[in-house]
Amino acid sequence: MNLTAIGLEHFLVFAAALFCLGLVCLLTRRTAIGILMGIELMINGANINLVAFAHHRGNDPAGQVFALLAIVMAAIEASVALAILFALFRALDRRITIDEASTLRG
Amino acid sequence: MDVPWLVLIPLAPLLGAAYNGLAGCRMQARFGRPAVHLPAILLPAVSFGVTAAAFLKLLALAPEQRLLQCHLWDWLPVGQLDARFALAMDPLTLVMCFVVTFVGTLIHVYSVGYMREEPSSWRFFCYMNLFMFAMLVLVLGENFLVMFVGWEGVGLCSYLLIGFWYKERKNAVAGMKAFVVNRVGDFGFVLGVVLLFWGLQGRWEGDRYVPDPAPGTVAAGAAAEAAVPHGEVADATPSLRVPAGPEPRRLREAGQRVSISFHALAEHLTQPAVRGAFMRRQVFGVNLVTLIGVLFFLGAMGKSAQVPLYVWLPDAMAGPTPVSALIHAATMVTAGVYMVARLNFLFALSYYLMTWVTLIGVLTALFAASIGFFQHDIKKVLAYSTVSQLGFMFVAVGVGAYWVGVFHLMTHAFFKACLFLGSGSVILACHHEQDMRRMGGLRKLMPTTAWTYFAACCAIAGFPLTSGFFSKDEILWKAFDAGNVLLPGGGILVWLLGAIAALGTSFYMFRSYYMTFSGDYRGAAAPSESAHAHAPAAGHDPAAADGHGPAVAADHAPVAGHGSDGHLPVESPRSITAVLSVLGGLSLLGGLVGLPHLWHVPNYLRHWLDPVFEGSAVLVLSAGHGPIAEWALMAVSVGLAFGGWFLARWLYRDRANPLPDALLASHNPLVRAVHSLVYNKYYVDEVYQAVFVNGVLVLRRGCDLFDRWVVDGLVLLTAPLLRGLAWLHARTDARVVDGAVNGTAWTFAGCGRALRRLQTGNLQAYLCLTVIGSVVLIVLNYVFLL
Repeated sequence: MNLTAIGLEHFLVFAAALFCLGLVCLLTRRTAIGILMGIELMINGANINLVAFAHHRGNDPAGQVFALLAIVMAAIEASVALAILFALFRALDRRITIDEASTLRG
Repeated sequence: MDVPWLVLIPLAPLLGAAYNGLAGCRMQARFGRPAVHLPAILLPAVSFGVTAAAFLKLLALAPEQRLLQCHLWDWLPVGQLDARFALAMDPLTLVMCFVVTFVGTLIHVYSVGYMREEPSSWRFFCYMNLFMFAMLVLVLGENFLVMFVGWEGVGLCSYLLIGFWYKERKNAVAGMKAFVVNRVGDFGFVLGVVLLFWGLQGRWEGDRYVPDPAPGTVAAGAAAEAAVPHGEVADATPSLRVPAGPEPRRLREAGQRVSISFHALAEHLTQPAVRGAFMRRQVFGVNLVTLIGVLFFLGAMGKSAQVPLYVWLPDAMAGPTPVSALIHAATMVTAGVYMVARLNFLFALSYYLMTWVTLIGVLTALFAASIGFFQHDIKKVLAYSTVSQLGFMFVAVGVGAYWVGVFHLMTHAFFKACLFLGSGSVILACHHEQDMRRMGGLRKLMPTTAWTYFAACCAIAGFPLTSGFFSKDEILWKAFDAGNVLLPGGGILVWLLGAIAALGTSFYMFRSYYMTFSGDYRGAAAPSESAHAHAPAAGHDPAAADGHGPAVAADHAPVAGHGSDGHLPVESPRSITAVLSVLGGLSLLGGLVGLPHLWHVPNYLRHWLDPVFEGSAVLVLSAGHGPIAEWALMAVSVGLAFGGWFLARWLYRDRANPLPDALLASHNPLVRAVHSLVYNKYYVDEVYQAVFVNGVLVLRRGCDLFDRWVVDGLVLLTAPLLRGLAWLHARTDARVVDGAVNGTAWTFAGCGRALRRLQTGNLQAYLCLTVIGSVVLIVLNYVFLL
């Protein structure tokens, strides 16, 4: 299998597809968990872009470091978001449909 | 010579006035009347003493240097004007001071008896002392402004004292009349001062002030003036007496302050160049000197009750009799004569002016004498007599015989004060009756009053060797001999009119004497007398018979020993008769200081006064009648005095002659017309009432209507106008301004309301918008940038 046959464009198309899938997930899911998952997908789509460009530029470590950083950030974000979701879960009577949290007032 | 103690002369009466004004009421209540009247008498007596000391001081000086000064403080050093508050005493002032303090002190003594039943005598003595102060400031004033302070002060005191019994409306009205008429004269005085001050400055050309040019022109003018001997100018008109020198000449050194003191002015105007430049000056086409003099004389006419401003003096008899004697006979009314004599250096500069003064004087003398013929109120007779005698004095100062005017002023002060005080004594004895028809026979009842009154009558009539003889005869002679009267006939016409007035004087004075003192007492039964029958028809005011307020009459009645109605009058107390005796004696002997030069005896008064008038002496001209004419005139004067006396004696003595009553009761239209015309004082008061008082009232009504309709209309018109404007303004405010403000708010509220729709709170909607926006931006980026 010729790895060179798989070029930068493939990665970019894949990443874009992944990003779009995450976006659609984000826009369409009503549950908060689904939204979080959509966000994860979008982050990962962006990470693929970073790594792909890093490879394309001759294994530039900067892109990989960025990707790693983004993964860490995503983990942190996920933990914070999950904490908010727990709070919502309690506040909204064991439901976490995002529509019901339309006002910021407690 | 500076003499600080001169200030004591006016200050002492001022202290007396302050004492009685501030403490008199309480002192009278606690210590009785002497606590009031003793200081009031003693302090003017101090003035008299100081005057005597000043006399000795003056006597020790050379005649030309007889001037004592007392500079109190700088008063108005404004610009070039230098008015100091200073007193000055020269021989003329000394004579005036002697008259004022001597007669004034005597009248204060008299007042003790006269006012003994007056509850508020402290007020009376306060005003009297205040008057003495003001009068002394008037005569001692070193310049016009100080004199004017005194001038106004005596007017004020005159007003206060005429209306002393102010509870009676008539008295208050008389006081007001005196004050208002005097204002007319004072107006002239002030204008005269201003104009004189202006005249001594540079000139106004158009509206530009021109300072006087260099002093070199003065010398040229002086030379030109000196070249003309006085003999040549004698028959020239005033404007021609000034040589035609280079115009204009300066009157003052540059930067020098203009002193308005009398002596500085007199000295200044003795320089021929200055005098010439001053005399030629014109204002509004009128000779400046004449205009100034006429204005000053207007002041004198008001104060000294000359035609046509004399009307206040007869009404001023509403005051207490000592007031009439002091203020309205002896002192205040002579202030005008004093002023003209004081300003002799000014009045002598213009023939027109001298003629004017003479003419007014002689007309007044004649006019007032004729009114005196038919008056029944004893004080009214004396009042018109005073007006007439003041006219004589103005004749004297008008023809330039200034010392004679002052001489007559002095003798008049003696005999007229004596007459007034005698009439006061009579009035007191007759229970405040002033109508001579209800008197009579008082010679036997009041011998001292009678002989003093008779002596004063002799003096005023001009019986030989009495004081009035010397002064009045000298006036008539000087008038006859006057060389600068521009009337047709010159001085002879003046003499003729004056002689008729003198005859009238003798007649009406002896008429008053015989009506009052001869025959039988008619006091109690008077209303049924035939003499009184015509009184209502003649318009005699019954209120005039009772010159005093009801309060006084009520106080008066219970006093025993003074008689009540039905009892005969008795002689007045000693304080009154003593004063009458002194003044009666002076009426007879007071003329000895001014004996005619015809008799080749020393004339002390003339020599005393000559230094004061020497500045104007060169300008006063004689017609050149000889001693024979003077002897003849003297004989005629004596004849006139006796003629008037015989006539009065024949008609009125003992009421024996039925002719006066017959004439009064006559129905002949000519007799009635003449009588009512003269009795009603030629209707002058009525004319004044109709012209001036009603004129003012019509003006007042006009102003009232103007105010009511035009001014009020305008004011009332502005109110709706402003209300309309305010309404409009309110609408504008509500609609436009508020609309703009609220519109802003509404606009933003509407925007907010519209934008609020976007803020759904739905996370996915936001995301949607974000995505759409991003896509749009990306697309647009491609469309426009690539």
